Amino acid sequence: MNDAMFQYLLRLGDTTLVLSQRLSEWTGHGPVLEEEMAVANTALDLLGQARMWLTLAGEVEGKGRDEDALAYLRDAPEYRNYLLVERVNGHYGDTVARQFVFDIWHYLLLKRLQSSSDERVAAIAAKAIKEVAYHARRSSDVLVRLGDGTDFSQRRMQESLDDVWRHVGELFHDDEVTQTLAASGVVPLHQSLKGAWYEHVAAVIDEATLVMPPAEEAEHPAHRGGIQGRHTEALGYLLAEMQHLQRAYPGATW
Amino acid sequence: MVIDMPTADATITAAQVMEWLHAVPDPEIPVISVVDLGIVRNVAIQNERCVVTITPTYSGCPAMREIEADIVSVLQSRGVQQVQVEVTLSPAWTTDWMSERGKQALKGYGIAPPMQRAVDVSGITRRSEPSVPCPQCASSNTRLISQFGSTACKALYRCQACGEPFDYFKAH
Repeated sequence: MNDAMFQYLLRLGDTTLVLSQRLSEWTGHGPVLEEEMAVANTALDLLGQARMWLTLAGEVEGKGRDEDALAYLRDAPEYRNYLLVERVNGHYGDTVARQFVFDIWHYLLLKRLQSSSDERVAAIAAKAIKEVAYHARRSSDVLVRLGDGTDFSQRRMQESLDDVWRHVGELFHDDEVTQTLAASGVVPLHQSLKGAWYEHVAAVIDEATLVMPPAEEAEHPAHRGGIQGRHTEALGYLLAEMQHLQRAYPGATW
Repeated sequence: MVIDMPTADATITAAQVMEWLHAVPDPEIPVISVVDLGIVRNVAIQNERCVVTITPTYSGCPAMREIEADIVSVLQSRGVQQVQVEVTLSPAWTTDWMSERGKQALKGYGIAPPMQRAVDVSGITRRSEPSVPCPQCASSNTRLISQFGSTACKALYRCQACGEPFDYFKAH
């Protein structure tokens, strides 16, 4: 139970941390100033959430690791984020597609975690959902603007959506960790989020005049494993940059 | 720093401490105090120790550490010897806790205060943003430019009447 809890908290902490790091890469490179500010602020929200999840993970583990030790001193195989969030940013449409599918899932998950039987989890979820509801509305707005935009933007947005779809399945995958925790009401089974996710996503995709990618695209087992520590090479490069200072100068503070 | 304030901790009350905390500004919006912003959740005097409980606005608020240090510094300058700042997450901060004085201070500073009650998180259906009057000329003919402004807690608007862009402190 305790180990399942630790693993699950790492999944939440690592997923928000890695996505935050990815989004931060747009700072100074955004397509327009407004989008750049939105992406940077979303990254900041996610970083704050990552800190809360990782701090709690360290407490649950009970080996004296704090948020910094967990963020800076673990290598890729010890990371437990979903593969979706370690994907490279691609062009801005790719970033929007990734954010859209993530935000809706993140919102639905937090909504359930708010009533977790573990009050520490419930408190963080209640804090985070206010920010994530805003993220979800915003990424839905951008998807509609780009999808229902010019022929060119619509084509590119459709390609991005098709491309990100292979990583959707993992978000709803249950394993021993979620099953153990779901049995005592700490987390929902992720499979149970799927119906509401597809319903909401389909409505926004329709409004964006885009076409829902085929469901089977999301189910390919090759695109799984992040939450068990099997990552793509993209994560290694991300961590190399994020952890550089602590690796080069262990214990550095300022 | 020379401190010549009363040092008898026994006479200090929670209400007095709360009053003193009005001198601690939000580091990013210095016209509003941490009390008026609604992030000071409790003040307790335990024996000779003063425990101030605060809560972050947004999860990633980068000013929390500075706020903690400022609280300690202001209270120590008032002669409170032992100050402890605790951070709580629950219940989550909401703009509903912002005082009327705080809202007026924001407006005077050129930031439109929150227009609605706390954001509804029961659904994420797309919806139009609230109509926000311009803090400069009071015209309601304004439009949203960007859902995020200079900080996570603000959105950027522009007044169609006087032409000025302005920050809107989002209902949260």
